[in-house]
Amino acid sequence: MSPLLAIYAGAFALIAAALSVTRANAVHALLHLVVALLALSVSFFALGAAFAAVLLIMIYAGAIVVLFVFVVMTLPTAPEAMARERAALNRAWPLPALMAVLVIAPFLFGLGEVAPAAAAPVSAQAVGRLLFGPWALAIELASFLLLAGLIGVRHIGRNDRAPGGRR
Amino acid sequence: MTSTALSGMMIVAAGLFAIGLFGVLARRGILFQLVALEVALSGPALGFVAAGAYHADPQGQGMFILVLTLAAAEVAVGLALFLRIRRVAGSDDSDAINRLKG
Repeated sequence: MSPLLAIYAGAFALIAAALSVTRANAVHALLHLVVALLALSVSFFALGAAFAAVLLIMIYAGAIVVLFVFVVMTLPTAPEAMARERAALNRAWPLPALMAVLVIAPFLFGLGEVAPAAAAPVSAQAVGRLLFGPWALAIELASFLLLAGLIGVRHIGRNDRAPGGRR
Repeated sequence: MTSTALSGMMIVAAGLFAIGLFGVLARRGILFQLVALEVALSGPALGFVAAGAYHADPQGQGMFILVLTLAAAEVAVGLALFLRIRRVAGSDDSDAINRLKG
């Protein structure tokens, strides 16, 4: 475990995330999002949470970003759309920035008293024991959530105008 | 890991959430708001993992897996809604759909 590397990678993730939410081009925003997620994964590795780091790469940087890429493929990348996006951001940024600063402000004064640290890093085995032992109900609920998401997406995404399609 | 390092990680986590919140509030394109939502969700995930590493407790990574599940479901539904809105309203601006009708 190396806290310095964790904070360094975390700072990298912060910069990439800030770039990602301010780009006018969707592809650029996605690429910066991938960089932020990979940096976050390095941070997880440095914290000794290797299982979470691998899951972050596989599911966030893999599956979720691929989902975004599929949608971006259908997006028109007209220069006027990008100019409109940029103009909207230039007009609207001060109040959201104030909100973000207000959210982060309490953390800058420190966490106060925290319990002393334990030493050993957490193994994937321990996480598995937790998930399929005491947290089995939470995993069942998560699978409900995924099933509801699947059915919801199937319902929202159906094509009403297809010939012979039911409404 | 010292408690100073934990404070540093928590500041990074809060910063990620704040950046995501900024993106959701400041952007108008729905796709960009979804990207910002992903950034915002990764902040608490980092917080859980850092606290779990600090206390050597697997529950941090357990919560991370639940957050991951939530993010996957949220992005799938969000992108489906995005495609649907573009088909129905002909726009990918979230201001274009601020009046709901039945």
